[in-house]
Amino acid sequence: MSEFASGTLSAKNIHLSFGSNHVLRGIDLHVEKGTTASVIGPSGSGKSTLLRVMNRLIEPDQGDILLDGRSVLKDNPDELRRRIGMVFQQFNLFPHKTVAENISLALRKLRGMSKDEARDEALAQLDLVGLKHKADARPANLSGGQQQRVAIARALAMKPEVMFFDEATSALDPELVKGVLALMTDLAQGGMTMVVVTHEMGFSRNVSDIVTFMDAGVVVESGPPEKLFTDPQTERLQGFLSDVL
Amino acid sequence: MDILNQLADTFFDWEAMGQVIPKMFAIGLPNTLILAVISGIIGTAIGMLLALMGISRNAAARWIARIYTDILRGLPPVLTILVIGFGFGPVIRELTGSTSPYPMAIAALSLMSGAYIGEIFRSGIQSVDKGQLEATRALGFSYGSSMRLVVVPQGIRRVLPALVNQFIALIKESSLVFMLGLLATEREIFQIGKDAAANSGNLSPYVAAAIFYLALTIPLTHFVNWIDARMRAGRPEKKEPDEAAAVVGKGAQA
Repeated sequence: MSEFASGTLSAKNIHLSFGSNHVLRGIDLHVEKGTTASVIGPSGSGKSTLLRVMNRLIEPDQGDILLDGRSVLKDNPDELRRRIGMVFQQFNLFPHKTVAENISLALRKLRGMSKDEARDEALAQLDLVGLKHKADARPANLSGGQQQRVAIARALAMKPEVMFFDEATSALDPELVKGVLALMTDLAQGGMTMVVVTHEMGFSRNVSDIVTFMDAGVVVESGPPEKLFTDPQTERLQGFLSDVL
Repeated sequence: MDILNQLADTFFDWEAMGQVIPKMFAIGLPNTLILAVISGIIGTAIGMLLALMGISRNAAARWIARIYTDILRGLPPVLTILVIGFGFGPVIRELTGSTSPYPMAIAALSLMSGAYIGEIFRSGIQSVDKGQLEATRALGFSYGSSMRLVVVPQGIRRVLPALVNQFIALIKESSLVFMLGLLATEREIFQIGKDAAANSGNLSPYVAAAIFYLALTIPLTHFVNWIDARMRAGRPEKKEPDEAAAVVGKGAQA
C-alpha cells in the first residue's frame, strides 16, 4: 500500500539536440507507479538531461512524455513540475531563506497556504527527514547531508506524484552519503515513483526495480537489477561495470 | 614662514570658515542630501528596470538597456547635467511654470546613476548560481516568479557594497549641479563654499566644504568595508556532524 499519490511516468522516443550536439537520441523510459527506476552510465551520457526533459525544464525536440498514460507536453509546464519533485546534486537550497522558509515558499505561493499552515507543513516535512530542530537555521549552517535532506523535504512538501534524483549523493562527503541513501530507500519502499540518476551502484542494485544503462544519448540496456548487474549483455555495460565496481 | 602664514591665511582663515559653516548646515547640507538621496532612490528604480531589461529574453529590451547604459556611462557627468538641465529646463518651465532648475538637477543625477546602478544589479543577478533558478522552476514556479522571489533578491544582497559606493559617488557628483545656477535656497555644500570663496577672495570656505563632504563620505566608505567584510566572512558558522542521518526513517532501521 502506497503512502504517496504516485503516478506512472513514461518517456517515449525522446530526442534533444543542443546545436549540432545530439544529446538524447531516442530515449524510452517507463516507470511504473510506485516503483524506482535508476539510470546509470558514464558522465555526459545524457542522464541528467533526460531528467530535465521529463519535467520539461528543457523541452524535447521530439518524443512524448506521459504521466498516468496522458501526454503532458501540451500542459502548462509549471503545473507539470508541481507534480514532479526534483532533487539536485548541489542541493540548490535558497541560501537567503531559513530551512523552514525553503520549504514553505512554494506551499504559500503555489499551493495558496497561509503563512502558518505552510510553516506547520514545512515542520512536518522536516520532522520526516529528522531535521525539525534545524527549521530556523540557514542552509549554510547545515552539513551537506542535512542540506540534501532539506532539499528532499522541500520537494516532498509539494506532494509530488514522481520524484527525480539527479546524482543526489555525488556532492556529499562519503560519511554523509548513507543518511541520504537511507531516506531515498524509505521513499522507494513507501511506494513513491522515483527516477534516480546515480553513481551509487549499491543503491541501484538493491533498491531499484529497474535499471537503465545510458551511453552517448541512447539506452544501451535496461532490465531488472539482478539481471543487469550479474549478466550484462552488451560490451559497453560490461566495460562500464568493470570500471565502477 | 611667510609662505606658511600665507597658506594658513588662504586655507584656514577661521573667521571666513566660521561665517560659512552655519549656512552650510542650514542650506548646503540639506540640499546635498536631498539631491543625493532622491536621485539615489530614482536611480535605483531606473537601475532595477535596466537590469531586468538587460537580462530579459526579449532582444529589443536588452538593446534598449544596452544603448542607454553605454551612453550615460560614457558621458562626462558635467556634460549630462548641462545638457539635461539647459535642454529640458525650458520644456518643464512651459509645462509647469516652474523656473527652478532643481528638478532638472535631480533628473540628470538620477538618469546617470541609474545607468551605473543598472550594471551593478545586472552583474549581481547574473552572478547567482544557475541552480537557484533551476530549483525554483523545478518546484513549479514560472520564470518571472522564480526571478522575483529567489534570484533577484540574492543578486541584490550581493551588490549592496557596490550600491553604497554608487551613493558615495552621487554625493560627490551632486556638487556639479551648481552649473545650472540654483536659487539661493537650493544651493548645496559646494556652491555655498564657492560663493563664499568668491566673495571673500579666500579659499577657506572650500576647506569647510571639503570637511562636510568627508564627514559624509568617509563613514559611508567604512560602512561599505564593514558590510563587505561581513558578507565575505558569512554569518558565524555552526556546523554539526550529521549524527541524525543514519537513524532517519524506517529504511535505515530495518
